[in-house]
Amino acid sequence: MPGTWEVRLSGSGGQGLILAGIILAEAAIIDGQNVVQTQSYGPAARGGASKAEVIISPEEIDYPKVERPDVFLGLNQESVLKYMTGCKENGLAIVDSGLVNHVPPSKARVYSLPITETARKQVGRELVANVVALGALSALSNMVSKESVTTALLRRVPKGTEDMNRKALELGFGLAEQALSAVVGEN
Amino acid sequence: MSTEPRLIQGNEACAEGAIYAGMRFYAGYPITPSTEIAEILARRLPQVGGKFLQMEDEIASMAAIIGGSLTGAKVMTATSGPGFSLKQENIGYACMAEIPCVIANVQRLGPSTGVATAPAQGDVMQARWGTHGDHPIIALTPSSVREAFELTVRAFNLAEQFRVPVILLMDEVVGHMREKVTLPQPGEFPVVNRVKPTCSRENYYPYKADGDKTPPMACFGEGYRYHVTGLFHDESGFATEKPEIIDWQLKRLHEKINQHLDEIITYTSEETEDADLVVIAYGGTARAVSRAVKLARQEGRKVGIFRPQTIWPFPEAAIGELAASGKKLLVAEMNYGQLLLEVQRVAAGRSEVHSCLQSNGELTQPDVILTKIREVYEHAPGN
Repeated sequence: MPGTWEVRLSGSGGQGLILAGIILAEAAIIDGQNVVQTQSYGPAARGGASKAEVIISPEEIDYPKVERPDVFLGLNQESVLKYMTGCKENGLAIVDSGLVNHVPPSKARVYSLPITETARKQVGRELVANVVALGALSALSNMVSKESVTTALLRRVPKGTEDMNRKALELGFGLAEQALSAVVGEN
Repeated sequence: MSTEPRLIQGNEACAEGAIYAGMRFYAGYPITPSTEIAEILARRLPQVGGKFLQMEDEIASMAAIIGGSLTGAKVMTATSGPGFSLKQENIGYACMAEIPCVIANVQRLGPSTGVATAPAQGDVMQARWGTHGDHPIIALTPSSVREAFELTVRAFNLAEQFRVPVILLMDEVVGHMREKVTLPQPGEFPVVNRVKPTCSRENYYPYKADGDKTPPMACFGEGYRYHVTGLFHDESGFATEKPEIIDWQLKRLHEKINQHLDEIITYTSEETEDADLVVIAYGGTARAVSRAVKLARQEGRKVGIFRPQTIWPFPEAAIGELAASGKKLLVAEMNYGQLLLEVQRVAAGRSEVHSCLQSNGELTQPDVILTKIREVYEHAPGN
């Protein structure tokens, strides 16, 4: 379907990927799109490989699962090996440079970004790595507007954490800008 | 309730649908992938003057909602996998004593504890025959978040109208999926309440029914005294072993449903009119089939989809019509072939019946269904 984004967010249990998927889907609703969000996880609350998927489309969405990601996020090695298959050509893959050493060959443009490190060093909480990642992938793809993703984020996070989360999101936007300017510089 | 579209999970839509329908008593024992229904209702019910009880197990949960219903409340429980097995004995009690109640079963991969977080549709026959003895049952099966809301409301309406347990047969895909939904406003959907007796307390016979075969139901606490039992009973509610009364009661239990099949059975059918091949699917699988049917149409193959919303009673007349027209039928489901058996029975050799079955803990992919569609479509009858 034209204008459709298939997004797969993966990492280990506890990294907040399902929440990131929910916020992305809610941002797309603010933008007036149709969305479906699904997830796949094991019985464990921590560790392993889990994934959250979001499909954004101006059309009605039938099959709710991602078949070939336009956008892939991998926040640990296991999930990258398990879920980074079938990315579309000219798709976008973002991996955490500190946690993912081996990136399998892919048709997608791959960005290795210090997501968790940015959350730890610049926000002081690794907990918000999912929000940094959300900022980076929305700015790199433009599938949702920065305003919508900010609004959706602030509606979802607990009271008292708004500033921390907004900062994490903006740091994610920043990582995207740096990555894009680096690519332009290389050309 | 907001008129803005929201991102809502299937299980949340079920919980909100229940509240919309007037459900005010929930008893349950949380189990994946139905847990969110309990979790949400634990928060929501007190906000609307309802009660939430976490019970010690599934058997007690089912017993608790039966008791709640007898006091006049609209009641519900939710479960999955092995929890549904445990509820069966008391589901039979609710059939026999004619207690309106709703049981949401968010199917997961079995048998036994199977895989807690994986989708399956292996409880279709258990929904029909899980409790022992001859009994009618109503089971509804949604395939979107919006429909999870609508069919939950409908489940309560049917339970109240016919004094029966109604099973909302979801699957993990629909239960855990989130979609953009605008929830209906109050008044947008009809809400049905059980018929109460108008006779004097002295003249009340709890199982005396008129033409529609469903007796008016008095609430405990309103002064009507009556006896409730899982034994066969006469109009007064007291046990009997007389064959003629047993016969009368069992026939009435079936007739109260069978006289209203047109009201109870709903389904959707798309592009079936000119189709040479009709895929029959429900729940999460129907979403994959919708995609596969679109792709098949793009390839020039005349394929349609028939999707039962009411899975029990089985939409026999509609499927029979498809079979009589000679269209090939293809049943896609996440089990080893359960609804398939009913389709074969109804088709009775009048049309070819094929299947696309998957039971590995993953939602069937459109490609798998499309491959099967191509194979069946090209395959000449009798080959």
